Amino acid sequence: MTDTMPAGDRKPIAPPVDETGPLGWARKNLFSSWGNGITTVVLIAFVVWVLSWFLEWALFTANFTATTGAECRGGGACWALIREKFRYIFFGSFPYEQHWRPLFAIIAMLAMLVLSADRRMWNWRLLVIWGLGSFVTFLLMFGQLHIPLSLILVVALVAGGIGLALRSGLATSSERMAYYALVGIGAVGLVLRIAGVLPKWSIAIAPLSYVETSLWGGLPVTLILATYGLAFAFPYGILLALGRRSNLPLIKGLCVGFIELIRGVPLISLLIMASVMLPLFLPSGTTIDKFLRAQVAVILFAGAYIAEVIRGGLQSLPKGQFEAADAMGLNYPQKTLLIILPQALRVVIPPLINTFIGFFKDTSLVLIIGIFDFLNTANQALVDPNWAGFPGEVYLFAAFVYFIFCYSMSRYSKYLEFELNKGTRR
Amino acid sequence: MRNRIAAAAAGFAVAVLGFAGAAHAGKDLDAVRARGTVNCGVGIGTAGFMLADSQGKWKGLSVDVCRAVAATIFGDSEKVRYVPLTSQQRFTAVQSSEVDIVMGNATYTLTRDTALGLDFTGIYYYDGQGFMVPKKLGVKSAKELSGATVCVAPGTTTELNLADYFRTNKMTFKPVVIEKVDEIRSAFFSGRCDVYTTDASSLAATRAANVPPPQTIDDYVILPEIISKEPLGPVVRHGDNQFADIVRWALFAMIEAEEAGITSNNVDEMLKSDNPSIKRILGVTPGMGKALGVDEKWVYNIVKQVGNYGESFDRNVGMGSPLKIARGQNALWTQGGLQYSPPIR
Repeated sequence: MTDTMPAGDRKPIAPPVDETGPLGWARKNLFSSWGNGITTVVLIAFVVWVLSWFLEWALFTANFTATTGAECRGGGACWALIREKFRYIFFGSFPYEQHWRPLFAIIAMLAMLVLSADRRMWNWRLLVIWGLGSFVTFLLMFGQLHIPLSLILVVALVAGGIGLALRSGLATSSERMAYYALVGIGAVGLVLRIAGVLPKWSIAIAPLSYVETSLWGGLPVTLILATYGLAFAFPYGILLALGRRSNLPLIKGLCVGFIELIRGVPLISLLIMASVMLPLFLPSGTTIDKFLRAQVAVILFAGAYIAEVIRGGLQSLPKGQFEAADAMGLNYPQKTLLIILPQALRVVIPPLINTFIGFFKDTSLVLIIGIFDFLNTANQALVDPNWAGFPGEVYLFAAFVYFIFCYSMSRYSKYLEFELNKGTRR
Repeated sequence: MRNRIAAAAAGFAVAVLGFAGAAHAGKDLDAVRARGTVNCGVGIGTAGFMLADSQGKWKGLSVDVCRAVAATIFGDSEKVRYVPLTSQQRFTAVQSSEVDIVMGNATYTLTRDTALGLDFTGIYYYDGQGFMVPKKLGVKSAKELSGATVCVAPGTTTELNLADYFRTNKMTFKPVVIEKVDEIRSAFFSGRCDVYTTDASSLAATRAANVPPPQTIDDYVILPEIISKEPLGPVVRHGDNQFADIVRWALFAMIEAEEAGITSNNVDEMLKSDNPSIKRILGVTPGMGKALGVDEKWVYNIVKQVGNYGESFDRNVGMGSPLKIARGQNALWTQGGLQYSPPIR
């Protein structure tokens, strides 16, 4: 007789209850020794205490309905302040009865960003989305757009030039003719315009009342500064990064000089230069819009940082990739755009998004030059003597809104890494 | 004989210059008229003086002066474009024509009035260092403060003024020197010092905003003594005297209207007044507007749309506002204050 049971009769016995499930997990991770047990209990008590205090303040004793700050005093959180001020915090001094305009501008911008986050859109559609999104955003914010002839000519010239460079050797003769036509029209038109033959002419689209940038405020300002700051800084940063690796000494020198100069000074000093020094150098009577000056400062600053991030990606590529592209007979733009950048950018997504998140928050520095971004309008809400004395509520609210944006960006970066690395994952 | 010729020549020269001055307005005023709005630089949010309300509209005592200028030039106090400026930017902005007037609560000093190429056109608020104490101390005057502990920010003129004032009055004090404004406030309201000293307008803003419950604004008093001079005035750039005149007299008109008893409520009845001075001010007897180069009803427009100085003061910083600043030095000269307008005649 053997003491082994036949295989069919063996019954797997579940492990003891206190080894599996939540209980087992807790036992293993939280109460594995006396010391750990005590630490766990103390920490749980602390968390519960803090949380209950916070809930008591933020919910149970909070005031949601007061009509003046005085009524709010003494109790818990004064959310009535946010209720009173949220329109100002979100839209600043934009004419009150027209707040729907910045609201829809925010929606248009968010839609534009969400759509362009989808990889399926990463082709010619991206241009359409951004063109349309930007047009709607600025039409709503300004109310009236005047598109000058020279801008149209510059766009034609640039579009034709890019087409020629990228599609060289690939395009059919009629396509190539179209690019030559665009370049020709753009170049000849601009020369004629500068020579004064063509009149100063612009397309006016003016369905709404004009609202100038000094009245803009709140979330649209933060979003515009960050979105367009980064949207322009990104290609600009790529150019700088490529320039820094160029074999031509002049281009390389200029790019290195620019990057090091910008990285060597704080953003605040650039903003102050743009807002205080620049007007003194301009001829009397000429002023450049303050908002535009800040926007350009943000673009220049972000460009230098993005360039350095992208350079890291470029340097990570093996030399063989460059040589293989050369061997295939691709020209420099084709090589760069089709072979090098797709690989280089994939590597640098995490640091790139990190830079983006940083800059989204850095836009709040414009408050030192008197532009009312989201954080600054929140600050202004605190100054109102009728409602003063509740900084916690206002800053929590502002932090909450910033968190939504920054956290979405960080989640998106995670998704993008997953998507783009599918090819290299096993 | 020679003297007489010289006098005649001088008279002729004055007449020619005067004529030239009146014939065409200065370039700033022309630019303002062509644009249709006054570009008014305002400081970044200061309670009572310039602050956007919940609807985003700029309000305050300084803002009202800009509105008075717009009412003078255009007859419409809403024709103002507000440009928010920080204190670093404000003078550059007016020098570079980005704005026409700066109402940034700038203190009127000789260097600013001359070396910077700017002109202060008046004083809309006499600020200065004051003292705030808890009411329960029962102190009525700064002269009773001997031996008090005083909360003050370090390394500022405020600290020097404080020491000078107590030395001059042969009193002693114990300074509690704290760097950060928030910490000074909490030290004062928690009773670590008996007295808090800084500019009176900022004392009032602190009292309105930072008194911790259950105490209220009535538990603290700002003493009447003001120990330093911080006169705040509108700033324009050198070069267009006519525009500067308009800014100067827009403020004077608000003060003069208060002195004459003209308010936004009674200004229409005042038009029927027999008093020749009031008739002149309101343009019923023409002449004043022509001399200034604006509509004869300019004072009427200011008072009707903005109010007189007293109304504006009361609504924005005075007893009708949360700041509850006493008129003090900003009362009319007839009531013991310093606000004084040269006669409109």
